[in-house]
Amino acid sequence: MADTGILESLLRHLEKVDDGVDSQAVAALLGVDHQVIVGAVKSLQAIGDVISAEQQTSKHWELTEEGAEIAAQGSHEARVFGAIPEDGLPQSELMKLPSGKVGFSKAMSNKWIRVDKAHEGGPRVFKMVESINDLVREKLLRVQQGKSQLEEKEKNELKKRKLLTEVTVKSYWIGKGSSFSTTITKQETELTSEMIASGSWREKKFKPYNFESMGVAPDCGHLHPLMKVRTQFRQIFLEMGFTEMPTNNFIESSFWNFDSLFQPQQHPARDQHDTFFLSDPALAYEFPQEYLERVKTIHSQGGYGSQGYKYDWKLEEAQKNILRTHTTAVSARMLYKLAQQEQFTPVRYFSIDRVFRNETLDATHLAEFHQIEGVVADYGLTLGDLMGVLHQFFTKLGITKLRFKPAYNPYTEPSMEVFSYHEGLKKWVEVGNSGVFRPEMLLPMGLPEGVSVIAWGLSLERPTMIKYGINNIRELVGHKVNLQMVYDSPLCRLDS
Amino acid sequence: MPTVSVKRDLLFRALDKEYTDEEFDELCFEFGLELDEITSEKDIILREQGDVKAEGASDVVLYKIDVPANRYDLLCLEGLVRGLQVFKEKIDAPHYRRVPASSGEPQRLIITEETVAVRPHAVAAVLRNITFTPERYESFIELQEKLHQNVCRKRTLVAIGTHDLDTLVGPFTYTAKPPGDILFRPLNQSREFTATELMSLYKTDSHLRHYLHIIEDEPVFPVIYDSNGVVLSMPPIINGDHSKISLNTKNVFIECTATDLTKAKIVLDMVVTMFSEYCEEPFTIEETEVVYPDGRTILYPELEYRTEILSGDLINTRVGISEDAESIARLLTRMCLRSEVQGDRIHVEIPPTRSDIIHACDIVEDAAIAYGFNNIVRTTPRTYTIGNQLPMNKLTELLRMDLAAAGFTEALTFALCSQEDIADKLGHNIAEMKAVHIANPKTAEFQVARTTLLPGLLKTVAANRKMPLPLKLFEISDVVLKDETKDVGARNNRRLCAVYYNKSPGFEVIHGLLDRVMQLLDVKPGKREGYHIQAADDATYFPGRCAEIFAHGMSIGHLGVLHPDIISRFELTMPCSALDVDIEPFL
Repeated sequence: MADTGILESLLRHLEKVDDGVDSQAVAALLGVDHQVIVGAVKSLQAIGDVISAEQQTSKHWELTEEGAEIAAQGSHEARVFGAIPEDGLPQSELMKLPSGKVGFSKAMSNKWIRVDKAHEGGPRVFKMVESINDLVREKLLRVQQGKSQLEEKEKNELKKRKLLTEVTVKSYWIGKGSSFSTTITKQETELTSEMIASGSWREKKFKPYNFESMGVAPDCGHLHPLMKVRTQFRQIFLEMGFTEMPTNNFIESSFWNFDSLFQPQQHPARDQHDTFFLSDPALAYEFPQEYLERVKTIHSQGGYGSQGYKYDWKLEEAQKNILRTHTTAVSARMLYKLAQQEQFTPVRYFSIDRVFRNETLDATHLAEFHQIEGVVADYGLTLGDLMGVLHQFFTKLGITKLRFKPAYNPYTEPSMEVFSYHEGLKKWVEVGNSGVFRPEMLLPMGLPEGVSVIAWGLSLERPTMIKYGINNIRELVGHKVNLQMVYDSPLCRLDS
Repeated sequence: MPTVSVKRDLLFRALDKEYTDEEFDELCFEFGLELDEITSEKDIILREQGDVKAEGASDVVLYKIDVPANRYDLLCLEGLVRGLQVFKEKIDAPHYRRVPASSGEPQRLIITEETVAVRPHAVAAVLRNITFTPERYESFIELQEKLHQNVCRKRTLVAIGTHDLDTLVGPFTYTAKPPGDILFRPLNQSREFTATELMSLYKTDSHLRHYLHIIEDEPVFPVIYDSNGVVLSMPPIINGDHSKISLNTKNVFIECTATDLTKAKIVLDMVVTMFSEYCEEPFTIEETEVVYPDGRTILYPELEYRTEILSGDLINTRVGISEDAESIARLLTRMCLRSEVQGDRIHVEIPPTRSDIIHACDIVEDAAIAYGFNNIVRTTPRTYTIGNQLPMNKLTELLRMDLAAAGFTEALTFALCSQEDIADKLGHNIAEMKAVHIANPKTAEFQVARTTLLPGLLKTVAANRKMPLPLKLFEISDVVLKDETKDVGARNNRRLCAVYYNKSPGFEVIHGLLDRVMQLLDVKPGKREGYHIQAADDATYFPGRCAEIFAHGMSIGHLGVLHPDIISRFELTMPCSALDVDIEPFL
């Protein structure tokens, strides 16, 4: 806040004028620097509509530092002239004077002085005229005092000599504001406890806040967007009565990951190019023996109404440890466990956890991603039930327009790809995969004949990337994440 | 999922109907196919090789259609058209017949003992009086390639050879010989090579080099001769040039050699059922007698028709529809499964083209497809269950919220990493760690499963060095440790890790976080029942600035200021303190 004295002086002056005043004129009048008045204008503006102020620019000529010196002490040539006594001065001494060099040549060309080069004791300088008229100084003085204007030619010549310069001045045209008053009340910036205690806040005026600016960011931690979406999916499953499966086993045997799901041992997914195999621990040794025999039989010979795949099923292949390629390996373990119960009870299971693929990586594919999986087991479940459950599930994600395409999965039959209509792209896009687990998978486990198990899966990353508008998966998952994105990501509400 | 590329106009002519792209896309969707792309040869070359090469290429419209991986009968134009025409009830599914040779004497393929060691199975058949056109010929070659890539598993399980029978004299012998003893002129070569020479010749062949490994290391290579010693083929690598088929070939001898007999029979059935359409008597295939080393003889192709008997009820209850048996039989017939109602049962004939039908559930699916997936009423199962969270995940979710509330930001790092990340860079020796090792990583990033969350967090800090300090990160996730008590020899371990990265080490900050976590877990400070920390040595941490954490008398992790060497190895420049604890004891 500018000095209150200046503010009041400015206001009193303003009171006297009708249509306003230029800030530079006020500065001259009050004998203060222009910047002081500018400060006062800004302070008054901040208080409210005490004054009106309109910025304007003007140009004027001003003396340079050297110009000011000349205005005070005379031009270099005049100073040289003045330094020469009647009997002259040796040129060498004259050159030592501050104005010597410049002044000498100018005084020479003005024919004010002469040099006697033949003088004994070296060249000597003598006055040629009695008195001189220092025009340069006069002109500069006229500019300095703001009196009569110089001609364009004169100004340019002085500018060339770097004595004058043209400056642009920003000033204000100041007028009375709608709440003009010559007295100002000091404004308080903030309410204090003292004001509250004393009640003085009643008399105070408070400086208005700038509501245009941003607030100060709170000092806090942030949850990762993918994990926020995971939380929502967990919530949805829990709302639908699903129980979470223990998927905390990234290492799985080929037996549970493939064989138990009736996925044949020559299936391309079991290729080195698609799956991460382990060198240590390379093999699994413990299996439920009777069940393993039944799995072997269904693959190699068939049974339970199935032709089987009719190939030579090898235990060594099933023993190979891998990084699980899907959480369905855990579903298989859970369904096997369910089948060992004395009496079957219907279940709904879900999981959201990491799976691993030894695939070629690109902007949307990583070697690991999160799979979301839902499983329902009960007597007499139909394909229509699967569609109904999917409809309920996707409705909770805000997706209501669904249709289903026949598809192929080694361990489900029927199998359906789930498509939803994308309003932005104006086309149907695949949002998940689903199916009814094959009897060749369920019956060897020991589940009762009439029990159907329906299941579906989707990735967690894809809906998250769509939700948060992320194009490259590396910006979302892994250490290359942009933390600013994490800090800035909004809440996750999937259905809005 | 295999993709079949067909010329649109040829397809529509065969379907006897002009579709718009949208209509055809709809038909595909309903039938379980996917019209993946509409393109042309020119477009493809343009995209892959640039506009110079594309000049003059054909701009005939191509449909690229994704076919389910188990539907080998849809891998060529002939099969697609047949499937769709039957589906639309425009034609009846053909009945494929194996017929005796008109001469009375079938062609014979004699398998010798020597093949047992390398590729023991072979089946064969003859397509008699076939008429090729350029399109049919191209499709015939293309189908073999698609079968090779899919059901044949890149020729490892089955390899197909097709020959101009009129250039050969049976009987044929399938045997195996040392590569030096096999000498013939292979397809498209001008002179004879030994098998040994061929293996080195094809090392640089962009197509064939992928199959060499199948027999490369075997002492003997499979080979098929005719009665004059002409080489038909050296499966699974290359055919002989002598018997190669052309547009003018009238009689085709087809042999499939295999390591899996079931697949060989399927592949032979596919080739002959698809292309017998162009024989003088369509859909008939001339038998070939295969003679085994033990003297057994079997006639091929098998062309087995099987009948499954089921009730309409089964289909209704599995799909969730209520159709009478007659209409279900009609639905199945539209899927090339000729069905009729006998009494209260439906007799379903599974043709040799539908090797994918191995259980009643496959028939259920076909009925549902013919009914129309999207005509099925969506119902709500009456299953009553109560949802439960996994206790470990429940604890994790609760802790995550409060760690964020404590000012730490959640990171999400990879479970796989390099050995260096978990060992050398942290000052540990990989040999002494309980890490799980990956056998076939494509890059060093996937050598091991992480044993600690710390390297992931430090890499996250390194990638975000431009962010304002301090950086306070955490992650609660699983690491993997070898564990002999588990069936697979390894287990996950849920851990909590946090780092504080700033101009000063901030040990007190990370220590304060530990105190807060213990407070949240309702564990009080104290030596016996509670938690405490005590000085420890760990190469990851700066000497004298590391403590081991004990809770309920059990060591659960470490905290401390990271060793300057560790900080540098992760390309960081500021001091950093870390907390790394096992949260499983708090369940």
